[in-house]
Amino acid sequence: MSSVLHPPDASALQAGSMLPEPWVVVSRLEENADTFTIELRPAEEGTLRPFAPGQFNMLYAFGTGESAISISGSPENSDTRVHTIRRVGTVTSALDRLAPGDTIGLRGPFGSAWPIEELPGRDLVFVAGGIGLAPLRPAILHALAHRKDYGRIVILAGARSPEDLIFHDELLEWKEEPDVEVKLTVDRAGIDWYHHVGVVTTLIPQADFDPANAVAMVCGPEIMMRFTAVELNKNGLPDSRLFVTLERNMKCAVGICGHCQFGPEFICRDGPVFRYDHIHHWFSQREV
Amino acid sequence: MSTTLEPLLRKHPLFSGFDDDSIHLITSCAKNVRFHEGDLVAKQGEPADEFFLIREGRIAMEMPSPQGLMRLQTSDAGDVVGWSWLVPPYDWHFDLRAVSNVRAFSIDGRCLRNKCESDPRFGYTMMKRFSKMMADRLEATRLQLIDIYGAPADTTAP
Repeated sequence: MSSVLHPPDASALQAGSMLPEPWVVVSRLEENADTFTIELRPAEEGTLRPFAPGQFNMLYAFGTGESAISISGSPENSDTRVHTIRRVGTVTSALDRLAPGDTIGLRGPFGSAWPIEELPGRDLVFVAGGIGLAPLRPAILHALAHRKDYGRIVILAGARSPEDLIFHDELLEWKEEPDVEVKLTVDRAGIDWYHHVGVVTTLIPQADFDPANAVAMVCGPEIMMRFTAVELNKNGLPDSRLFVTLERNMKCAVGICGHCQFGPEFICRDGPVFRYDHIHHWFSQREV
Repeated sequence: MSTTLEPLLRKHPLFSGFDDDSIHLITSCAKNVRFHEGDLVAKQGEPADEFFLIREGRIAMEMPSPQGLMRLQTSDAGDVVGWSWLVPPYDWHFDLRAVSNVRAFSIDGRCLRNKCESDPRFGYTMMKRFSKMMADRLEATRLQLIDIYGAPADTTAP
C-alpha cells in the first residue's frame, strides 16, 4: 500500500485554491423538499476558472463554514457556476437560506473529472441515484452538446419517490434526443406514476448499450454504486470501464488535511471521480 | 396458435434448455393475452392460476397503503410476472395492473403444476428458475427497504 501522507500537489495550490473568492448568487431553484440549485457568478473579474465535468467547488457560507459541492451546470457555460445541494447539515442549510444578490465564498474547482472527453465513439451509460444525478449532469450535458462524438447514451436515474427526482423535466427532454435512452425509477409511487418502480439496478438489464464498447459513469450513495457495479459486471461491463464519484467530508480540498482519506487515496485530490477497479477493494471495507 | 407460440416460448430465458416435450407442454398451457392501460391483470387474494411473460408494455404490482394505493414494482418486456401459481395457497399476493397497453403470454399455472408433480425433473428445474427470480426480487426489495438514495446518517455532514 502506498503512503497515506502525500505532499500537496503543487498544481493544486493555485490561485483560488486556499482563499475563498466572493461569488454572487444569481438565481435559486427548489428541486425538491430537501434539494435546491443555486447559480453563481464571480463578484470580481479574473476568478472564473474553467472546470471539467465531475469536479467540485468549496462553497463558503460566511460565518458558518465550507462544504464541498459538485458542479452541476454545463461546462459549456462559462459565465456562471451551478451547484445542486441537499440540505444535510449546518453549512448546506446556510447555503439554502441564500437569495439572489447574496454573496458567498468559493474555492475551486478541485478534483478529478469524468473521462468524458476521452471517450469518443463509446456508448455512455450514466447511472444516478438520488442527488447523484447532479455531479453527472455536466458530463451528460457535455455528451449531448457533442452528440455526434459518442455512440448511444443511456441515462438511468433512481430516487426514493417521484417527488425526490431532481431535474425531472430535463430528464424527459433528454429522452427526446436521438439515440438517448432515459429510464426513471423510484422505490415507491402512487398510481399516477407511469415510469418504472424498483431499485435503479433493475433498469440495467433493460438498457440498450454495447457492453463491449460502453463506459459507465455512476454516482449515488456508495451502496447503490456497489450494487450497480455488480449489475453492470453481470451485463458485460468490466470494472475498468466503470467510473464512480465518491463523497467524504472534505475540508482543505487540496490533499493536505486528510479528512477525506479513503484507503490510500484522498478523495479531494485523487478523486472524487475514480476508475472503479482502482478503488473496488475499499468499497467492501466497512471501516474505510 | 401453438405453432406460433412455440418458437417464442422456446427462446425465452425462463424455458431455455428444456427438451422438446417440455416445450410442447408449456406451449399447450400458453396463450396470448392483451391488456389495455389501466386494466386490472390480477387481484390480490384471488386464485393465481396463471403467470405472465410480458412481450410488450408494463405491468405494475400495487398494494393499498396508508398513503393510498402504491406501486411497489413494475415489470417490462421480457420479464416474468407472478410466482404465486407455484406456491400454496396459489393466490395472488398483490394486485397487478397494466400501466400501458400490454401484450403477454399467459401460462396456465395449474397445467404447469400438474406437469411439475408428474415429472419431478421438470418440476425441479422450474422451481430452480423461479427461485432465482424470487431471490433477485428479494434482493431488489431489500435495497428498496434500506433507502439506498437517502442522505448518509452522518450528523457531522456539512
